[in-house]
Amino acid sequence: MTDRTYVVNEPDAQNFKVNRASLVDPDVLEAEQRRVFDRCWIYVGHESEVRAPGDFRTRNVCGRPVIFCRDSKNALRVFLNTCRHRGAIVCREPEGNAKSYFCFYHGWTYNRDGALDGVPGESAYPASFDKCEYGLVEPPHVGSYRGFVFLNFDEDAVPLEQYLAGAKDYIDLIVDQSPSGQMEIIQGTQEYDIKANWKLLVENSFDDYHLLTTHSTWLDYMRNSGVQMKRPERGHLLPSHGVAKALGNGHAVTDNQNFRGRPVAKWIPVYPESAKPVIEKIRAELVARLGEERAQRVADTNRNLLVFPNLCLNDGSSVTVRTFYPVAPGHMRVRAWALGPKEETPEARAIRLDAFLTFYGPGGFATPDDVEALESVQAGMATYREVPWSLVSRGMGKNEEQLNTDEPHLRAFWIQWNKLMTAAGHGA
Amino acid sequence: MAREVSRQQVEDFLYHEAALLDEWRLDEWLALLTEDARYEVPSNDRPEADPANTLFTIADDIRRIQARITRLKDRNAHAEYPPSRTRRMIGNVRIVDQSAAELRVEANFVVYRFRREERIREYVGRYRYRLRVTDGGFKIAKREAILDALELGSLGSVSFIL
Repeated sequence: MTDRTYVVNEPDAQNFKVNRASLVDPDVLEAEQRRVFDRCWIYVGHESEVRAPGDFRTRNVCGRPVIFCRDSKNALRVFLNTCRHRGAIVCREPEGNAKSYFCFYHGWTYNRDGALDGVPGESAYPASFDKCEYGLVEPPHVGSYRGFVFLNFDEDAVPLEQYLAGAKDYIDLIVDQSPSGQMEIIQGTQEYDIKANWKLLVENSFDDYHLLTTHSTWLDYMRNSGVQMKRPERGHLLPSHGVAKALGNGHAVTDNQNFRGRPVAKWIPVYPESAKPVIEKIRAELVARLGEERAQRVADTNRNLLVFPNLCLNDGSSVTVRTFYPVAPGHMRVRAWALGPKEETPEARAIRLDAFLTFYGPGGFATPDDVEALESVQAGMATYREVPWSLVSRGMGKNEEQLNTDEPHLRAFWIQWNKLMTAAGHGA
Repeated sequence: MAREVSRQQVEDFLYHEAALLDEWRLDEWLALLTEDARYEVPSNDRPEADPANTLFTIADDIRRIQARITRLKDRNAHAEYPPSRTRRMIGNVRIVDQSAAELRVEANFVVYRFRREERIREYVGRYRYRLRVTDGGFKIAKREAILDALELGSLGSVSFIL
């Protein structure tokens, strides 16, 4: 593992390339489970998905089955979903409200706080058996920022806010859409697999260079619907100005002037005429609450944010929360949700969801073509021994600002990934 | 309505529609829809929901259905180029209600989707139609394709007309 170079980063020579073995090698996958996923803060869910004592969602996070829930005092908890007795899953439903967690195999029961409550035939255990020591196990760290809940399996992890670094400002910008500062996950989950390495979706989620060719039919749809798009300025590829930035710790973002319409708060002809007054009202609220400058920042710019390693918050045609994890080197599982302000009116909510589907998701006008692109890349990876390097050097050595069609944000991801993968003292 | 519609008439219509879709005769398929038609595929974890308050996989009004067809006919719709081969099996056709102006019909489906060097994908579920009876035959006012899979998972995307 350590004798192979995965990322070549030579700023002076303006050279940056990624070893394609990192997308196909099973040993790399095993190493990144230990070195990346087990050491980073990983997204579990959003506070709004569990609201009352006993509410739960079962998820797979870092390859572990977990119960994301509220305990008896309504505090957020994450339990590893395995019985302390022999290991069976103690909560087998995707979501609901639990009075207790029951292992049907031998009947052990845990309460909402994870404590072991009931053991059939308890008297047969020796005196050394103490029920207090057999509660459901929790990851070493669970933390929440502006409603987004993460866990960390590394005992020595830095605090969540320190980890998030510059990503916090962009999460704040997204949450500022809500008058109360509270966003919520909207029901309806898009869950689909892509036959490609998970890191390809990291790249794709904020790679604006691919827009023109991969999504030409989406751009045509916008144009045919009457959306005005300027000719790109000299040296630019896209109709509006946008930059890319590294935010520290591998997090990165594209930060764009909006041309694609936004449910907050820019009407475009793709939306029905009746959406105009609804969106105007949202905009007026933003200006009144945040002032003109910040309101423009929230409404007139869009951003695709990567929270390293596997959470993407795409605040564009709508807001999508998207996380994904590897099943095999060439296979990932994706979970995506729509996010909206808690107090959104039914009209505004309907517009948001409709705007979401114009671009995002497995039935949208863009995401299926992204999936096709990534699967096409993965198919090409079979040649990695003969064609070992992928080029990620756009914008290197440039004096001007780094555009969203340059690749400093992709490089930021790969640099952090490489740093974790090659760090001493964390054996794979 | 003057006369009761028979199940056989409905079946003939659904089989005709399936043939058009399997043959990618998308403009002819479009002509089967009313001017205010809707086409919906709900998210797998919320099969009975309203797209106004729930994230769907597809929730098209007629404008977006038309745009979807325009897109699918473009060779830059990469997910469907070259187009998938599909084969639809439709069964258990039931007229659920014909007391109102529109007929309510349900049917089960299996749609097999084939692409080169790829696994076979089987989309299994049920259709729910609202059909309008016109002088020119049935028109589709609403067409819901509700998948049975608990998640899309290995089906991947719904990039064709399901």
